Amino acid sequence: MNAHTDNIAQYNFAYLDEQTKRMIRRAILKAIAIPGYQVPFASREMPMPYGWGTGGVQVTASIIGTDDVLKVIDQGADDTTNAVSIRAFFQKVANVAVTTHTADATIIQTRHRIPEEPLKSGQVLVYQVPIPEPLRFLEPRETETRKMHALEEYGLMHVKLYEDIAQHGHIATTFAYPVKVEGRYVMDPSPTPKFDNPKMHMSKALQLFGAGREKRIYAVPPYTRVESLDFEDHPFEIQTFDEPCALCGGTNVYLDEVVLDDRGGRMFVCSDTDNCEARRAEGHRGHLSGEEAATV
Amino acid sequence: MLDSIAIEGGFQKPVFDAQTVFRAIMQAMAEPGTIHRGMALAKPPAPLTPEAAAVALALCDQDTPVWLDSSLAAEDAVRAWLAFHTGAPLANTPADAHFAFSADPEHLIGLENFAQGSQEYPDRSATLVLQVSDLSGGEGLVLAGPGIESVARLAPRPLPRHFIRQWAQNHARFPRGVDLILVSRKGLAALPRSTRISSQEA
Repeated sequence: MNAHTDNIAQYNFAYLDEQTKRMIRRAILKAIAIPGYQVPFASREMPMPYGWGTGGVQVTASIIGTDDVLKVIDQGADDTTNAVSIRAFFQKVANVAVTTHTADATIIQTRHRIPEEPLKSGQVLVYQVPIPEPLRFLEPRETETRKMHALEEYGLMHVKLYEDIAQHGHIATTFAYPVKVEGRYVMDPSPTPKFDNPKMHMSKALQLFGAGREKRIYAVPPYTRVESLDFEDHPFEIQTFDEPCALCGGTNVYLDEVVLDDRGGRMFVCSDTDNCEARRAEGHRGHLSGEEAATV
Repeated sequence: MLDSIAIEGGFQKPVFDAQTVFRAIMQAMAEPGTIHRGMALAKPPAPLTPEAAAVALALCDQDTPVWLDSSLAAEDAVRAWLAFHTGAPLANTPADAHFAFSADPEHLIGLENFAQGSQEYPDRSATLVLQVSDLSGGEGLVLAGPGIESVARLAPRPLPRHFIRQWAQNHARFPRGVDLILVSRKGLAALPRSTRISSQEA
């Protein structure tokens, strides 16, 4: 059944035991039925430290099957440590096919980005979440934040955004920007840049969120309203960039700043490596790609 | 005789069959109104159907008290089969159950009798698995809400009495309320509490 069975201990398919999977699966179903509500679950210790995506890994392990194709991204990149190690983990314990192409994946586990390419119906996006409670930095007591969600009492969050405006003249929150799901629950979209918030709204893909250390699972079903909190006179805005990607020339994508030397040299490149590679394969070139644009 | 009925008829491939059934339930719950086939992976004693039994095997265990309607509870073989394959205890009252199974949804007790969850913990609510004879051909339901792009349609039969009115009350309790999984020989569909339902004519 598994190419690795000779040289590893005999784990169950996808590492977790069946009772744990059932418990997580029941939590996922409740999370889908109550969009944006954080369902407590009995998070397990995983063979990686908290902060490395144990929540996302447990969600992925509970939904993944032999026919799935898995993509894992870390800040948009398929080739950074967290993405590589989680991808290797599921190749080893579930023997599933993996890919770096967004369109080919059935399950995409992500740390803090949503792929630039629009997701399709049937795909599942699994977020790794450090702090699932959007009100936690405003109110440290779980008993109180739970009551605030129960009573739909979100005034404090608006006060926080207002204080941003009072201090900085604009809403200074740039990541983990709070959203309201289907007009009811205020939800932390995980520390994605606010650039990605509009992609969550009416997404065709199912979005699942797993917080391992904090022991919470929540979800946004497909075609669900996800609205970023704002004010009439200070509407929500996403980040904009002054220059295109230095490698593929892409615009309207989220860019990472890369320091090139100690004299202030820098470049801005696509955070989504798959999108950048696909564009370069199509012949698009940026000013630092080292070659001329193909005549398209 | 009873014993052999109780221990046979589980999943052929417990790990993979459970994943297949769960994934179908997850997609059904995420996109209300969609019908998912190929769920007859268990062979339980009647009147429990293979599809309802597959849901039980995929989701129920010793942590989830299960309530059976009178037609299912009356069969020793059904109770023995569920006990052997899932280990789930039987709930004394519907309000204690995490899952409820009904072979006769037309005569099901009111939805408000099942656990609704609390305003703080709306997840502490029951999931009802209703064995229906068909997912089309009944009274037309028009569905809207999360998971549905514009509208979806489903026409399951039989349904609990005054279903549309009962469901409106269930939806009004949001975030509290029960979720439904409808199973028939033709497939499986789900109605989470977030779904708004109106009748075809309206």
